[in-house]
Amino acid sequence: MRRAAALLAVAAPLTMGQAKPVLVPDVSQRAIEIAYSFTGADLLLFGAILYPGGQVPAGEKPADIVVVVRGPTQSILLREKEKVAGIWVNAASARYRSAPSFYAIASSRPIQTIVDERQRAIYELGVDSLQLSPVSTAPADVQARFGQGLVELKTRAGLYVENPRAVEITDGVLYRARVTIPARVPVGRFTAETFLIRDGRVLAAAVRDIDIRKSGFERFVARAAQRAGLLYGLVAVALSVGLGWIAGTIARRV
Amino acid sequence: MDLYLPVANLSVNALVIVLLGGGVGLLSGMFGVGGGFLTTPLLIVYGIPPTVAAASSASQVTGASVSGVFAHVRRGGVDFKMGGVLVAGGIVGTFAGAWLFRLLQALGQIDTVIAIVYVVMLGWIGGVMAKEALTAIVRRRRGQPPRARKRRHHPLVAALPFRTRFYASGLYISPLAPLLLGFMTGVLTMLLGIGGGFILVPAMIYVIGMATGVVVGTSLFQTLFVTAVATLVHATTTRAVDIVLAALLLVGSVTGAQIGARLATKIRPEYLRLALALMVLAVGSRIFLGLVWRPEEIFTVTLS
Repeated sequence: MRRAAALLAVAAPLTMGQAKPVLVPDVSQRAIEIAYSFTGADLLLFGAILYPGGQVPAGEKPADIVVVVRGPTQSILLREKEKVAGIWVNAASARYRSAPSFYAIASSRPIQTIVDERQRAIYELGVDSLQLSPVSTAPADVQARFGQGLVELKTRAGLYVENPRAVEITDGVLYRARVTIPARVPVGRFTAETFLIRDGRVLAAAVRDIDIRKSGFERFVARAAQRAGLLYGLVAVALSVGLGWIAGTIARRV
Repeated sequence: MDLYLPVANLSVNALVIVLLGGGVGLLSGMFGVGGGFLTTPLLIVYGIPPTVAAASSASQVTGASVSGVFAHVRRGGVDFKMGGVLVAGGIVGTFAGAWLFRLLQALGQIDTVIAIVYVVMLGWIGGVMAKEALTAIVRRRRGQPPRARKRRHHPLVAALPFRTRFYASGLYISPLAPLLLGFMTGVLTMLLGIGGGFILVPAMIYVIGMATGVVVGTSLFQTLFVTAVATLVHATTTRAVDIVLAALLLVGSVTGAQIGARLATKIRPEYLRLALALMVLAVGSRIFLGLVWRPEEIFTVTLS
């Protein structure tokens, strides 16, 4: 305690000049285990804003907090349906090297009012500012159409979420936000980024990792299907023959 | 009661899937078909990815056909020689189907092709069956004796070489015809996750001309083996068999199949055939509308 105070005293002249606040973020779960009854998870992202000097600077506008949760990126192929000879078939397609599988943004005010377009693009704040890295030589308007199509599709599936005003800030120093992760997300490493923003500038940022993985029986089954396909198939066939046979035997006795 | 499917990567209501399996099982018991042609589309409507739906419903058909095969074997209703030829063709067809599946998947047209094949097949089979059942009903109403069907195989079948005797079926024909039929059913099993009984049975009667007593048993025999092989091929190639989903479907369908088999004995066969025909036509029309109506989602995502 005394050492911390001493450190602060030493560091005070340095930090006073820039007056940069520090974020201390945390998440309610560092790991999410997918088990048989998994229907999604509610993540609570919370933390504190540490201002130099220990109190909210007086006379300044209150800062905003933006929280972004992202899933692992995926290399995807996006296909567009078109009516050909009376029926809807897949026609044009576009490839994206790194589209986030899941993206949720929560903020204390609508993101458009907090930062301008340039900052949004730099920090990828908002579903319209995602860097999807298309692999394509198509004209810009076609690319824009596909990009918008992808975002709308993912938004309807609940995989891209924008939640303005979902971050609560208490007394200017404590914040909390709730983000729901649906059951359809892929497993892997998720990140929870927190941004402290004032006057359209990002003052501080911090990242926490969240691991989402299958556990127990679900993990065993998914692994078996991937690594021991033949054995897995044989078990599936044995299961179906066995159940069919048992039902037949019982029915004959009844 | 929500349950997470480890391969499909989503959670479903277990009760809904068991009931779905039960309903399909009830129909399969009543009509003597595997019911895969209903399971796959229904699962897709429920939100299961098409590949997982096709791969997992194949194993449901295996389960539903087991007790039927045993029952038919006991009363001598299976032509093992014919069944063996059909299975041999079916297994080759399964591998060809797997190749075709991958090719169409790469082209992005798998869903459209599946839907078109369904519409053509269901429309054709449903139409033929409805016509035949209606004629039989009308004849019975008028008090005419049911028309004795002439049992003959198609002239093209008679022209094929290497004739051999199929004693149980009462035939002296080339094994190439059933081999080809088995092959086509195998391809369909792999693509659509169906047993193919509703194609096989009419083809065995009208094209090959088998004795009716062994048609259903032999068709079930082929279905049992070919769907089992299709499950194995899916498990090693697409890796899309969800054993939890399959188990839920099986629990429902094997129970439903037994109830359906008992109900079937209480209803006149013509009405049963008419009901099946109407159901087949209804499913076909629903899929057809899915092709021509503007889809809810214009864009689709596949991992690459």
